Amino acid sequence: MMSTALQSYREATARQRVQGLLDAGSFTEWLGPARRITSPHLAALDAPVSFDDGVVVGQGHLAAQAVVVIAQEGLFNGGAVGEVHGAKIRGALLRAARDRPQAVLLCVDSGGVRLHEANAGLIAISEIMRALFAVQSAGIPVIALVGGTCGAFGGMGIVARLCNAIIISEEGRLGLSGPEVIETVKGVEEFDSRDRALVWRITGGKIRRTLGEATVLVDDDMAAFRSAAAAEMFGDRPHLERWGLSPDSLHGLQAAQRQLAARAALDGSIRDGQQVWNQLGLGEEVALMSPAEFNLCLEARKP
Amino acid sequence: METLHLDLPSLQDDTLLPRVLLHGVVSSGNLEVLVEPGRDAARCIFEVQTAAHGFAEVWQAVLTDFAARHPVGGLSFSIHDAGATPAVVSLRLDQAFQSLRGS
Amino acid sequence: MNASQPRRVWNHEAQRRQVRLLRGMPFARDKEVAPGNVVSLLEALLEPGDRVCLEGNNQKQADFLSESLAACSPQRVHDLHLVQSVLALPSHMELFERGIARRLDFSFAGPQAHRLARLVQSRSIEIGAIHTYLELFGRYFIDLTPQVCLIAAQAADAEGNLYLGPNTEDTPVIVEATAFKSGIVIAQVNERMACLPRVDIPAGWVDFFVVAPTPNHIEPLFTRDPRHITEIQVLMAMMAIKGIYAEYGVERLNHGIGFDTAAIELLLPTYGESLGLKGKVARHWALNPHPTLIPAIEAGFVERVHSFGSEVGMEAYVAARPDVFFTGADGSMRSNRAFCQTAGLYACDMFIGSTLQMDLAGNSSTATLGRITGFGGAPNMGSDARGRRHASAAWLKAGRERSGDGTLVRGQKLVVQTVETWREPNHPTFVERLDAWQLMEDMGMDLPPIMIYGDDVSHVVTEEGIANLLLCRSPEERAQAIRGVAGYTPVGRARDRAVVENLRDRGVIRRPSDLGIDVRDATRDLLAARSIKDLVRASGGLYQPPKQFRNW
Repeated sequence: MMSTALQSYREATARQRVQGLLDAGSFTEWLGPARRITSPHLAALDAPVSFDDGVVVGQGHLAAQAVVVIAQEGLFNGGAVGEVHGAKIRGALLRAARDRPQAVLLCVDSGGVRLHEANAGLIAISEIMRALFAVQSAGIPVIALVGGTCGAFGGMGIVARLCNAIIISEEGRLGLSGPEVIETVKGVEEFDSRDRALVWRITGGKIRRTLGEATVLVDDDMAAFRSAAAAEMFGDRPHLERWGLSPDSLHGLQAAQRQLAARAALDGSIRDGQQVWNQLGLGEEVALMSPAEFNLCLEARKP
Repeated sequence: METLHLDLPSLQDDTLLPRVLLHGVVSSGNLEVLVEPGRDAARCIFEVQTAAHGFAEVWQAVLTDFAARHPVGGLSFSIHDAGATPAVVSLRLDQAFQSLRGS
Repeated sequence: MNASQPRRVWNHEAQRRQVRLLRGMPFARDKEVAPGNVVSLLEALLEPGDRVCLEGNNQKQADFLSESLAACSPQRVHDLHLVQSVLALPSHMELFERGIARRLDFSFAGPQAHRLARLVQSRSIEIGAIHTYLELFGRYFIDLTPQVCLIAAQAADAEGNLYLGPNTEDTPVIVEATAFKSGIVIAQVNERMACLPRVDIPAGWVDFFVVAPTPNHIEPLFTRDPRHITEIQVLMAMMAIKGIYAEYGVERLNHGIGFDTAAIELLLPTYGESLGLKGKVARHWALNPHPTLIPAIEAGFVERVHSFGSEVGMEAYVAARPDVFFTGADGSMRSNRAFCQTAGLYACDMFIGSTLQMDLAGNSSTATLGRITGFGGAPNMGSDARGRRHASAAWLKAGRERSGDGTLVRGQKLVVQTVETWREPNHPTFVERLDAWQLMEDMGMDLPPIMIYGDDVSHVVTEEGIANLLLCRSPEERAQAIRGVAGYTPVGRARDRAVVENLRDRGVIRRPSDLGIDVRDATRDLLAARSIKDLVRASGGLYQPPKQFRNW
């Protein structure tokens, strides 16, 4: 069978991502679809349910190292977090805190809380955050992968930023409130959510990487995500220090807080990712640069 | 949601190892199908939960043809459907069965 | 001869023209009209009942002139007879709603299909006829010659010479018919230039021009985002390529626009390459510059393309590929709908396109209740060309299949309809009776608006397989062949299974497995480009998609 050289991460399902990221045959699923732990809330609303409630969790190996993997299915209800979905993520994180794999891979593909499930979804997000802290307290990095159709928004946007590292593609997006919500609340002058180019200049992988909110920018390619995740697992972990996993964690957090305050003070007038790139001496050619070209540009401009 | 249950005769592929397989995603115009070992080697069971109402006849036709063209005896297929066309349903079932064969 | 009979005047039209021009002169400086004077010019020039061509093409619109016409006083300008290719703009409809226009002969109404239907039912408009483009152009020279035409061009010089640019479309045909029958030609242009890159319409054929306040609207109708191509469409594209393109050796073709054909375009450099088809199929095209054709061009499949018009965003890419596209000495593309339609009719061996409904005779229609869409170019492209005399392998093979064992007298053009059996869960494609019949009754038409006649259809491709209608020996066989690929629609479920099995044995119906296609290979990974960005990268950055297609 003929196929293009790249296998798109964005177009893959959650299950395909798990298979594509982990060593062949190494994956064992927890609370798999045959258990039929589906959402009682969706059923009560007579909405379609999914056997895995839109998230795949389990353990396996990446480059022969033990990992716990969590992969959200962005195509099911926008990857939104409901009670069962959230409990599976929380449970997988707590299991990782107990079993101590090399890392947790968190494939985020979500708009945030599943509104159908209201408070159950909100509570689930906060439980996920607490569980994530427990994993990090145990010295295990949680690596977020963002490159699906939903990106990482809402509560899952916050969760992604709590992770030790974010691997993102230029198709990926990271934010809190979704562009449509911002437009509805603040008006189209504030944010024209139908201007897709603008949405990506504000929330897309390239600008997030530029601002340091994402750690690594990769091609929309399964192999690229896989090798970036492996590199994060084996790297010298400067991020651990940055995000306060060194012994002096309060100090680390305070340093990070100062950095953010300084950035907010400097860049308050900036309303568009292109302005950030202009400041770096880059023009509109950024839009069409491949991740490799773009990463080289950023490297060259590191202070 | 409409629920349909079918119990159809089918030949068995006895080279198949018993296992569980999930194929597809519940998104608009799509479906997921969970394949599990069934009880009766000469029959195939289908459980369908569908968001589209009034298509029982079409499901009957699609699933009957599927059970006739593939040896799916001794298997159980559970489907969550979010309005897939019969073309997509047939495709997913064929894909699921071929995956089960491991080729 | 009776001396008291008045002598016949033989230059009546030329005299009328002079009278009109005199009325128009106060509003122009030489030929140039200031934007603020256009309404007055039109009110002065036009007479009630005039036949007017308002350049509404498939893509390019003389929108400023259209809005100006709609702003005329209905007391002075009324009951016009519009003859034009496409009803695209809201201002086109306002002309009828305000009584400025009364009668319409056209080809396609896509964006205004609903509004047009309502106007017909409220008797605010009389439709003369719905045509295919080439047919309408033909009538411009016989009985529908425009007395005034309002056209769109890219630029004018001081004398009034016009440069049409890449998006030429229908303009030459409209102007030729009007100018040489003493009509008045009025052009809106995007800019005034001291020296035109090339002269497409000589000043002698142009009476007035105005530099419009904004560039004329051009719709990117032929851009399809590969993101929306489904696995089913990939499967059908594989079947078409292997079961028809390769089978008949189709070298010269036209694709009707749609995601089904976009999938084929994107599969040529991958799946087509794997079948060893480069240089053997899809070499010469009558086609607009579809962005989805870029990978096939870059891979060397596509040798030559003639186009009906251009496509927004493709100008730089086309200009950089003059070996492939028709371009002027100035470097920009030259398109021409009339000639491209002619090429599609006589010089192509295959048309392939999609439709919304098909009946058991193979008649197909995009007409649905409450909408009058018209036809566009499909009836012409999707018809067998009885006037054709030159042979090709594909044409002869198709002819042999149609004639069976009899002596071969003529070949046959391949006309392929490619459709999924269901449009949506509630709308089967295959029906016993087309909505077109109901529309005919509701709108008082002479005939049902059928896009492509079953007589002309050679193959039907669905996700279930390919039905070769050329091999069918009777209308009953043809009906069963269609039922045999109509899937689980009510029409498909009513098939005679024994007959369909027999048709399959004879090769009249072929399933994917009969073609050696494994349905699991039909994934989006097979597409040479999966996003607009992929297309831009394939073009080396030359393709500049319009904003609505970009996320950068």
